[in-house]
Amino acid sequence: MPLTLLFEQLLNSLQFGMMLFLMSAGLTLVFGVMGLINLAHGVLYMVGAFACAIVASLTGSFWLGLVASLIAAAMAGALVEIGVIRKLYQRDHLDQVLATYALILIFSEATRWLFGSFPLYLDVPQILATPINLFGWFYYSSYRLFIIFVGLVVAVGLYWLIVKTRLGMRIRAGATDREMIAALGVDIRTLYTLVFALGAGLAGLAGALLGALQSVEVGMGDSVLILAFVVIVIGGIGSIKGAFIGAMLVGLVDTMGRFLLPELLALFLTPESAASIGGALSSVAIYILMAVILVVKPKGLVSANA
Amino acid sequence: MLSINREQKLNLLIIVVILALPSAALWLQEPFYITLMTKVVILALAGVGLNLALGLGGLVSFGHAAFFGIGGYVAGILASHAFNDEWLFSFFGLQVSGSSSMLLIWLLAIIVAAIIAAVIGYFSLRTQGVYFIMITLAFAQMIYYFAIAWPAYGGEDGLSIYVRNQLLSLNTADPMIFFAICFILLMAALALVSMLRNSHFGAALQAARQNEQRLAAIGIRPFGIKLTAFVISAAITALAGALFADLNRFVSPDMLSWHTSGEIMIFVILGGVGRLMGPIVGAALYVLFEYYLGGITEHWGLFLGILLLTVVLFARGGIVGLIAGELKHE
Repeated sequence: MPLTLLFEQLLNSLQFGMMLFLMSAGLTLVFGVMGLINLAHGVLYMVGAFACAIVASLTGSFWLGLVASLIAAAMAGALVEIGVIRKLYQRDHLDQVLATYALILIFSEATRWLFGSFPLYLDVPQILATPINLFGWFYYSSYRLFIIFVGLVVAVGLYWLIVKTRLGMRIRAGATDREMIAALGVDIRTLYTLVFALGAGLAGLAGALLGALQSVEVGMGDSVLILAFVVIVIGGIGSIKGAFIGAMLVGLVDTMGRFLLPELLALFLTPESAASIGGALSSVAIYILMAVILVVKPKGLVSANA
Repeated sequence: MLSINREQKLNLLIIVVILALPSAALWLQEPFYITLMTKVVILALAGVGLNLALGLGGLVSFGHAAFFGIGGYVAGILASHAFNDEWLFSFFGLQVSGSSSMLLIWLLAIIVAAIIAAVIGYFSLRTQGVYFIMITLAFAQMIYYFAIAWPAYGGEDGLSIYVRNQLLSLNTADPMIFFAICFILLMAALALVSMLRNSHFGAALQAARQNEQRLAAIGIRPFGIKLTAFVISAAITALAGALFADLNRFVSPDMLSWHTSGEIMIFVILGGVGRLMGPIVGAALYVLFEYYLGGITEHWGLFLGILLLTVVLFARGGIVGLIAGELKHE
């Protein structure tokens, strides 16, 4: 029945979007607060996935693995921030791009050295392994539903953290005026490390969650990183709200494009050319979306300091 | 008396070394090293292209792999049609054949890349800073995924060039002759960039990097200047891509991937941003790392990463800057 298929694809878009949100929230926060462009964010995604896979295979518990992914990625983030990133805040974007690109090389090769090139095995936890019955007529993967749930919880949690708490107030103040907040006696260095670790932890969580659906291997963070960049550029760099809207949009356009475009083209093309042109078009759809949005709004949909 | 500064001495030395190494390899009958040096020269050419946008114009393009790959695909597609004796396209009686002539391939690579760069630049240059970095990256990814998804020219598997393309009546399969072709093109590109740098256009471009408002205030629109630099930069990188495809006799979407963009950027940075010969030093160092460290350990990327991090954090003028001292502001 096509309606169930359409519904399933819509939920898939939502799940993909939530995962992108987890990934881009940290990226946009780090840019908004510290003015840093961080290519190594994808590496933290990989660290999370590896930590989860290892802990899950040692203890047999996916949930412990999930906790481990958060902790490992946050700790790796904090270490990287203290060791390298801290020296980059005052540098131009070119230096930031290169230094964090160097971090990708270092982390990827070190991981390959430690764990080899073969993917690690990470399975969906037992209670989420079976599809769930929605509305009595529709079955959907309960694990994907769980990812959507986690994304929503994180979105609400981040909103609460940034808008309602004292820490969030300091983060917002730090984004607006670094000198002023330091003069008021806030330890800006620790604050930055904290923000970076928070973003890293979320990326690690995303890596662990997706690792169970895809494979846990070196380089898994690369494609996600670029998608996260697309998301934050669309949403407006520095805005969590923008990242959420951007993630949903990209998730929707990418998933529905892959699903609908070939079918749409099949109406007036031969099946082979519809499949190949549709495939090619849908794989570039999000970039076209980004270009269009930037032409209309060069600073993204949501302006960060508004 | 003709006086030359340290950087110029170093530049001269670099050219001598680049010419001397393959000649020595030829004398020792080690053609492999000629090919290795050819790779250095081609990658350096790609870097020279990026250096024009990045070093002079301050345009941090993270998408130059797109132009490198376009050059490669132009060479691959024309050559495969010529090899299979098929029409490149045939459209209402208008039939165009493939070609294995390097001159034609270079010309087409430059034209195609220039057109695409004009489009990408037109959109990207509306933005600044991080947005520019990311939008150039995204455009390159768009072309990358398109190349993977488009099955006509090998898709993910890439496309082989069975016979190296021809230039006049030269034997291009001879490593030394192919090296010489690439070397001459590199010198030509360096001459062009050096000429542009000392021209009014170059002055305006560097002014655009330093302060757009001032440039606009004296009546020059920065947008046109930057777009022109971006297009020329892309064309040079595309030429390098066409040569690279001929060197390997193979093109694949790898040439278009963002790692390639990062690598081209590495050549420029390792050597020294804005230095005329910087990309040559950077590319040489990169190939040296890949070849020698790659022979010892397959994890040579780790050491490349550490070197790159060290250069970015502690040696901001790159290798040329370390040897020749700070850039002079004339």
